[in-house]
Amino acid sequence: MPSSPPTSMSSRHSLSAQRRCAAMWFLAPMLIALFCVAAWPLLRTIYFSSTNTTLTSLYDGKWIGFDNYLSYRKLSSGRVIWRGTLADPAWWNAVWNTVRFSVVSVALETVLGLIVALVLHQNFKGRGWVRAAVLIPWAIPTIVSARMWGWMLNDQFGIINDILLNLGLIETKIAWTANIETAMLAVLAVDVWKTTPFMALLCLAGLQMIPKDVYEAAKVDGIHPIRVFFKVTLPLIRPALMVAVIFRMLDALRIFDLIYVLTPNSKATKTMSVIARENLIDFDKFAYGSAQSTLLFALIAIFVSAYIWLGKVDLSGEHSK
Amino acid sequence: MTKPMHHARHICAALALGAMAQTATADEVTLASGITGNAVENFKLIVAPWEKATGHTATLVPMPSSTTDQFGQYRLWLAAGNADIDLYQTDVIWAPQLADQFVDLSEPAGELMKSHFPSIVESQTVGDKLVALPIYTDAPALYYRTDLLEKHGASVPTTWEELTKTAQMVQDAERAEGNDDLWGFVWQGNAYEGLTCNALEWVKSFGGGQIVEPNGDISINNANAVKALELVSQWPGTISPDGVLAYQEEEARGVWQTGNAVFMRNWPYAYRLGSGDDSAVKGKFGVTTLPTGGGHDTSAATLGGWNIALSKYSENQDAALSLAMYLASPEAQKLRALNSGNLPTVVSLYEDADIAREVPIIPQWKDVFLQAVPRPSAPTKGNYNEVSNKFWSAVHNTLSGDGTAAENLEVLELDLTDLKGSDW
Repeated sequence: MPSSPPTSMSSRHSLSAQRRCAAMWFLAPMLIALFCVAAWPLLRTIYFSSTNTTLTSLYDGKWIGFDNYLSYRKLSSGRVIWRGTLADPAWWNAVWNTVRFSVVSVALETVLGLIVALVLHQNFKGRGWVRAAVLIPWAIPTIVSARMWGWMLNDQFGIINDILLNLGLIETKIAWTANIETAMLAVLAVDVWKTTPFMALLCLAGLQMIPKDVYEAAKVDGIHPIRVFFKVTLPLIRPALMVAVIFRMLDALRIFDLIYVLTPNSKATKTMSVIARENLIDFDKFAYGSAQSTLLFALIAIFVSAYIWLGKVDLSGEHSK
Repeated sequence: MTKPMHHARHICAALALGAMAQTATADEVTLASGITGNAVENFKLIVAPWEKATGHTATLVPMPSSTTDQFGQYRLWLAAGNADIDLYQTDVIWAPQLADQFVDLSEPAGELMKSHFPSIVESQTVGDKLVALPIYTDAPALYYRTDLLEKHGASVPTTWEELTKTAQMVQDAERAEGNDDLWGFVWQGNAYEGLTCNALEWVKSFGGGQIVEPNGDISINNANAVKALELVSQWPGTISPDGVLAYQEEEARGVWQTGNAVFMRNWPYAYRLGSGDDSAVKGKFGVTTLPTGGGHDTSAATLGGWNIALSKYSENQDAALSLAMYLASPEAQKLRALNSGNLPTVVSLYEDADIAREVPIIPQWKDVFLQAVPRPSAPTKGNYNEVSNKFWSAVHNTLSGDGTAAENLEVLELDLTDLKGSDW
């Protein structure tokens, strides 16, 4: 075919256009899948939250604006009554529980995970096995581990009470999951047990990125190991650590399964997800529950954005190049 | 094992005579049901004659034992039009809430229902629609240890106040002898539907009404109800373990059946299991009606019970209907009574000689049954779950020391009034 030889400029152009086009095709299935499983349900939930839909009539909901979030009525006596999620003390109790749970559990998991990672980073015999074994709590499905812990924490037949009694640490058997004061402690303990391995794994990955010669230099200079940790190790694994904390935070803020199994109806542990499910399904207040789910989504979005902004977390990876 | 086989012959005959059409194709009918005790084994025994007669198979889909958990799952499945489950075992309180999702059985089962207790059939009827077929009824009773009461010279209590005293006395005496794990009274104090049942009994037997009266009036905030809850709130940590506030039926039975409780409030299923060979209390216990309180003279037992409902999304309606009819039939109910100790809903079975011999408590239970009080599911309609949740939360708060009975019931009344609006 006779054609004028293309200039190098335009050939580069068409090549990059071609590449972009190909990239779009490769990305399309994932984008479509993401839209179907993430964006569409999210939009639907937001839509439901401004209707009066119930679970028995999913398609007959009428638009009622923001009434599920906040509305007020004036009684004939002149008293104004506020209604909606934002005026619901049960919702704010759940928000407080969730935030408390997330902050405490993630803080503990980060510290413990880092310690475990530091230990696993050392050279010792059978390290591969230990590394695998540490992951077991993370690998057990939450429902199973929550049930297991439920029995272990049982006040009468539970092994935890038995051990503590025999060690003389407690005088009487404690009803860990029933008692309002200890319910949150029990949930926190189980969550820390379960997800510390995840943190340890991510921290370990960060540790392995640190070049060995930095430590050798520190050793030659005779610097105390604790100083090395705070001045060398910690700053170098900070990017990995910050990302790990985001992952855990996202997870912790929407905690559901563990609490639903361990302490299903305790006021002291009900989180936003638990209360949203209760309204969505048990109470047949589908739209009201949707409003709570939407608020949960908004809260998580705000939390994570604030974290990324304040912590100057580099998610794009540009700076580490 | 020989006994069910013996009955099987009767049932085959009954089925052959019945109007059930034998289909040539063998369908698999799935039934979703909550599981307590040895329900899975018993299910196989009970459906075996039906499977033999029809050639179909029945598969049990085991669900959690908490009725609240079951309800959540069923509602989700039904809203999604799930065709995998043909039949649902439904709690007595669900009929008004799930009526739209189930097939009307009044036509095929009308004749069969004439042999059942009318009040139970009534509870499963919404408007003119028969939502579910009763397969057994439930009413709790007071289990007591005959050996311990005799040893300490105590009699079976008839009031809650007496029960508190006796339980404390026996518990103290036994602990002094080194029996450190013994508790006076175990019941269901977890924040779930079971606590609503327990608390309704306390309140009603103190003369404090039944939360929401049949005409829809909210009656819970009254002096008798407060008195009842004040007495009960003394129990956790004294005659009951603190952990009772997390107990459901199986936890209470666990403490009881290992011989660590003097009294237990539980459903009839615990009788059969407690009399098993692996039970530490075998032959050492009796049952009676629940106590009364506050000078009131009639006791109360919350009406429980389970029914079979046919999903309108089921794809093998005929086979599923056949299984539902079979499970509600006198034959299957008799098998169930003999194997699980569940109370039949067929009136004539209370006079049945085999049942009277094998499970002597069933004829006795007729007395308990006469004092049964329904939960307010009929007057509160679709709001029942929320009413129940608010009630059990108020009670649970009171029992765990978060506010007094009077304060919590006052707030509860306000909440229920808000929920009710102009009408339920």
